[in-house]
Amino acid sequence: MSLLPGATPAPPTAPRRRPLHGKGQAIGLGFVVLYLSVIVLIPLAAVVATSQENGLAGFWKAVTTPEASSTLKLTIGASFLVAVINCLMGTMIAWLLVRDRLPGRGFFDALIDLPFALPTIVAGLALLTVYGTDSPLGLDIAYSRLAVVVALLFVTLPFVVRTVQPVLLELDREMEQAAASLGAGPATIFFRIILPNILPAMAAGTALSFARAVSEFGSTVLISGNLPFKTQVASVHIFNQLENDNVAGAAAVATVLLVVALVMLVALDVLQRWGARRG
Amino acid sequence: MASPGVLVKPAVRGLALLYLTFLLVIPVGLIFWRTFENGLAPVIDGLTTQATIHAFQLTAVIAFWAVLANTVFGVVAALLLVRYDFRGKRVLNALIDLPLAVSPVIVGLSLILVYGRTTGIGQALAGIGINIIFSIPGMVMATIFVSIPLVVRAVAPVLEEIGDDQEQAARTLGAGPVQTFRRITLPSIRGALAYGVVLAAARSLGEYGAVAVVSGRLVGRTQTVTLLVQERYLNFDQETAYACALLLVVTAVLALGVSRLLAPKEIKR
Amino acid sequence: MATALLTLTLAACASTEASTDDGSAAGSGGEEVTLSLVAYSTPQAAYEKIIAAFQETEAGQDVKFEQSYGASGDQSRAVEAGLPADFVMFSLEPDMTRLVDAGMVDASWSSDENKGVITNSVVALVTRKGNPEGVQGWDDLTKKGVEVITPNPFSSGGARWNLMAGYGAQLEDGKSEADGEQYLADLLANVPVQDESARASLQTFSGGKGDVLISYENEAIFAQQNGEDLDYVVPDSTILIENPAAVTSTTKHPKEAKAFLDFVRGEEAQKIFAENGYRPVLDGADTAGQDFPEPAGLFTIADLGGWDEVLATFFDEENGVVTEIERNLGVSTEK
Repeated sequence: MSLLPGATPAPPTAPRRRPLHGKGQAIGLGFVVLYLSVIVLIPLAAVVATSQENGLAGFWKAVTTPEASSTLKLTIGASFLVAVINCLMGTMIAWLLVRDRLPGRGFFDALIDLPFALPTIVAGLALLTVYGTDSPLGLDIAYSRLAVVVALLFVTLPFVVRTVQPVLLELDREMEQAAASLGAGPATIFFRIILPNILPAMAAGTALSFARAVSEFGSTVLISGNLPFKTQVASVHIFNQLENDNVAGAAAVATVLLVVALVMLVALDVLQRWGARRG
Repeated sequence: MASPGVLVKPAVRGLALLYLTFLLVIPVGLIFWRTFENGLAPVIDGLTTQATIHAFQLTAVIAFWAVLANTVFGVVAALLLVRYDFRGKRVLNALIDLPLAVSPVIVGLSLILVYGRTTGIGQALAGIGINIIFSIPGMVMATIFVSIPLVVRAVAPVLEEIGDDQEQAARTLGAGPVQTFRRITLPSIRGALAYGVVLAAARSLGEYGAVAVVSGRLVGRTQTVTLLVQERYLNFDQETAYACALLLVVTAVLALGVSRLLAPKEIKR
Repeated sequence: MATALLTLTLAACASTEASTDDGSAAGSGGEEVTLSLVAYSTPQAAYEKIIAAFQETEAGQDVKFEQSYGASGDQSRAVEAGLPADFVMFSLEPDMTRLVDAGMVDASWSSDENKGVITNSVVALVTRKGNPEGVQGWDDLTKKGVEVITPNPFSSGGARWNLMAGYGAQLEDGKSEADGEQYLADLLANVPVQDESARASLQTFSGGKGDVLISYENEAIFAQQNGEDLDYVVPDSTILIENPAAVTSTTKHPKEAKAFLDFVRGEEAQKIFAENGYRPVLDGADTAGQDFPEPAGLFTIADLGGWDEVLATFFDEENGVVTEIERNLGVSTEK
């Protein structure tokens, strides 16, 4: 084995992080915090506050009704599964787009962003037509939990691909070539050189796709059949609560989803650091 | 060592292609097919009504402002997160992704709770003539909300990857921060920035739920293309619905093409 | 590119001020007034014609309209949250009551002879063209293997009409309340898809799913008028759907808004409603050639105790009858 065991191949430049000082940086940070607060943090805080309208007891009750628990379990479970699938497939697809010499990959590249641009009702309709009762392919998986997963996979497709792709593009091939010339096989090159470098991007993309899956509403409703206790996702339950003038209840379930997403984001952040350190 | 390795590459290629075909190509292809099922004429008709034209104008305006705002935010935030250390950095990092986890109905609700016409802030702003909810500013805010992480997450990994050697060098040669940014940092992230902007633009074009809640659904006034698509579809005007959806998709694809042209030469293979 | 976008922005701003596709006639000496109409989604086609007709009259000459359509509950909540509205119409009374409680609609809105209702419809059973399954009434829906489409009663306020129609029909046939509840359980067990709104469930049914759809007569007529191959059956016992409308107390143009409300209650508008599948409330109104069968066992929500009681008994999220049914179904079908 030519590479010294335990040696971390140095990334092109060691990340040097400077402490914040100076007017420019302070203004930058101030801007970022203000922007986030006005648009995201204060409104979300208002939602959390609303969920406490009936006190903690009311919050707990709203979150533990049979309907709420069922939708939360389905949503979080499906989103987790979808995140894992995206991590794998997204990286593979990014690889395909960057490293593979396949003719026509430009065609696929152009399509990747489409789930973003499609209004959710159109996405839902398209999926239903392909995978529903009248499927031209004969694949009828509609009105099932699998359908929920398929819908979520569709809307989260771009995330991991698009975060990993630029990093793969920027990757300096010299190290891989050096390792190859030293006798390292493709697997070693991938796991010891490429993977550590794309792991942060993979983690970021996976976190994004989990967060997005958790909140998806429109496209899942159409293809899942929206059956309570079977295929109804949390965001539909939230919608139902609002319809019944139970704003506090809706806010409570929304808050739970936020907390879960936050935990996932932090966990992936930790994982990414650990991966980067390990090399 | 060579034999298993040789199989991996076509396996990855095959699996990725299969996945893409079934999950993406076929459903999107179906949208094309459905749009032109009855020929070109209904498509043209649907796209040229006053309601449709207004919806496209409105969507373009909203997307422009939302993407602009998120691009500025995205670049600043990415620089801060990658190049500096400061207290609360990990929290900021996690918070930036959080908006994606918010259900669209809640996005709208949260904005109404804070900026609605019955709140203190809302009334104060209304007093000086600024209406947020049920008006364009609110729709821009909702669109910004759902696409906040996109530019940051596209730019940050690349910033991380290319390192700050050149920036440091420029600094020692006496260049100021703005100069360094304009002449060294910006060109090197141009490709990634373009990707991020395209993602944000595509997302802004396609948002339905959050915008629906804060828009008030005023026909011909606060109706974006996605709202129009929903309304037309539910009124049995499938042709217009699919035609508009298709146009959104084509716009996103064109934007992607443009962003690839803007990518620096070394990146293109 | 920047200038192009800036021009686009200015153009869009200008057009948002001026555009409302209502073909308004120029006023002759009167001051122009813009009324804001907020309604649920299905009467959109009817209102576009009614507004045009109103603007031909003297009272409506200088009146322009801003229109908003969406799900009844959403619209009601939007008005509550401050969406400006001069004239509101919803698919069921609780959405109006919400505004009364918020102080936006005067409690006297229902004091006219029709109790504030301006159109009626009935719950009907929609089938494929030619009624191949031979659906005649409510009992056909609980047969084994029949797939019934109806929206989720918790996300669609309007969907509750459907379930109460089925329940009330049982009572109308002389069965007990317990029988009625059992009927609802059997019915919901046959429902494979619960869309979020009535119109969405109509789309699901048109798209090929299900054997029979529970919907409103006016929805069925609307679908037929738009070329869908559907038939519908008005069962012998069914509920009368009553759609309320009112002028808000927050309106800045009470005179014009009231004039519009009177017009909507009048002959011409009621005929336009009929053309669009709604049953007019005006006695002796022209039904525009529509066939509106009078079911022998027609009842109203008042016969079932009124919306307040029905909502509390059936749809309370903790121990409502329908809530319990859904839970039991879920438990039995959940792995």
